[in-house]
Amino acid sequence: MINASLKQLSQALVAKQISSRELTQLFLDRIAHLNPTLNAFITVDPEKSLKMAQAADARLAAASGGEPAGPLTGIPIAQKDIFCAEGWRTTCGSKMLANFVSPYDATVIHRMQAEAGLVSLGKTNMDEFAMGSSNETSFFGPVRNPWDTSRVPGGSSGGSAAAVAARLAPAATGTDTGGSIRQPAALCNLSGLKPTYGVVSRYGMIAFASSLDQGGPMAASAEDCALLLNAMAGFDERDSTSLDRPREDYARDLEKPLAGLRIGLPREFFGEGCAAGVMAAVQAAIKEYERLGATTVEVSLPNSHLSVPAYYVIAPAEASSNLSRFDGVRYGFRAEDYASLDDMYMKSRAQGFGAEVKRRILIGTYVLSHGYYDAYYLQAQRIRRLIADDFVEAFKVCDVIMGPTSPSTAFKLGERAADPVQMYLSDIYTIAVNLAGLPGMSIPCGFAGGLPVGLQLIGNYFAEARLLNAAHRYQQATDWHQHRPEGVV
Amino acid sequence: MSLTLEQVQRIAHLARIEISESEAGTTQGQLNGIFRLIEQMQAVDTTGVEPMAHAQDVAQRLRCDAVTEADHRAAFQAVAPEIEAGLYLVPKVIE
Repeated sequence: MINASLKQLSQALVAKQISSRELTQLFLDRIAHLNPTLNAFITVDPEKSLKMAQAADARLAAASGGEPAGPLTGIPIAQKDIFCAEGWRTTCGSKMLANFVSPYDATVIHRMQAEAGLVSLGKTNMDEFAMGSSNETSFFGPVRNPWDTSRVPGGSSGGSAAAVAARLAPAATGTDTGGSIRQPAALCNLSGLKPTYGVVSRYGMIAFASSLDQGGPMAASAEDCALLLNAMAGFDERDSTSLDRPREDYARDLEKPLAGLRIGLPREFFGEGCAAGVMAAVQAAIKEYERLGATTVEVSLPNSHLSVPAYYVIAPAEASSNLSRFDGVRYGFRAEDYASLDDMYMKSRAQGFGAEVKRRILIGTYVLSHGYYDAYYLQAQRIRRLIADDFVEAFKVCDVIMGPTSPSTAFKLGERAADPVQMYLSDIYTIAVNLAGLPGMSIPCGFAGGLPVGLQLIGNYFAEARLLNAAHRYQQATDWHQHRPEGVV
Repeated sequence: MSLTLEQVQRIAHLARIEISESEAGTTQGQLNGIFRLIEQMQAVDTTGVEPMAHAQDVAQRLRCDAVTEADHRAAFQAVAPEIEAGLYLVPKVIE
């Protein structure tokens, strides 16, 4: 059961081979056993989880008579601790929210749990306020990669990635502002999808950079991701950036043959700067796609080298504004001693935020300040346009763009922690996708030095079903996504 | 471009984050490293390029001016550091 797909779990639950309660207990036991090593969860609450499982069992029992329960009813999953969940501590990986028990549900949580009947196994660890690429900025300590516990799982959705890779959960949610679903998926041998901006509601998802943040699924396979996205996505009037489009079945095209698929290979993603082992695995995956009937064409994203610089203006600018709400007044951490209101703000924020979050607030404050706004913020937004236009050009000649997700495999804990710029460059292939607002995926495509390598698939706007189709057909022909870390699973 | 120690302290004040002298020194080095990365943007001629604020080119939705939410004040105030009689308490600002 611990390695079963969501479809298999659903069938077992409907056939009464196992109850949701039993299944939930099975994963709670694995969490109790392995989480002390991996630190993938910040909060687990077995009593709450089992109560949800019991309710799901009741829904499943009621459904066998008449109305069918949703296809995911009773399946337990892990929720990234960036999603507010009513009655659950929701920390966002920060001391600032270490004791914050959310009084409401994020739309994603409501849809997945109250509507789709998924059970929550708990809240997963993450970089503080999703700012990081290694999960080392979490106030609750780093997460360890189940493939090698001396290495990072990636970030910021590192806890979700480690939890699914070690099978502490069958699947999880993540969020992706600059690569935070795709990079940890790559580093932990998972499939992860960042949808088109506006497809998944951001209501109740603690904001980092509002024009870039997007929630999405992380799971063993593309098929699992499709089923989860069905439960997560959809218009939400509570999110002013949510797109009012008809609901889609993201699994509808999974089985479509790949004959005629045109794969664009950006020359900028196949040059220097990528580890040889990663490149070899990515090249082999593209050969496999050609065997499956796809054709390749070289494309160019000439401004992609500017994506990291532009991102480190835009994301911190938005973060500095979003995080101004943490002032120790209405919720969150308040310093013990202070002399005045201003002093209370200054001390609460100094003590409540970690070093990386403070750095980004300072960058954001500076680039938005008088006299620098045009040179930095507007220039970054203009470059953002150039980057988005490059994709428009590329998609004139191809259906899907492919390349590496991350320039390296999982690095050692502490290896890049001292140099922010080194860390930022971990996301060199993923950030442009967020700036353009496109959907992107990472899927397992092999190993380098015993560590997983991710293949990145980038689609045109709203091409999620196409990406999932391309990923699924590849996973039918290969078994990289079925490899599990030895000694853990 | 290079930030001075004074500028770092001024930004920290604008952001309402207390920063000690020694922290400001470390931060100065790190921020200048990050700004060296960001400076790559300045080499690009973007004359005539429309700034892109958002991934989707859509107009802001409007809604009816009607009450849609129930009263959650008690639940929302339950997570506040300090409240009294339905008010958030902060240090005195007016003598």
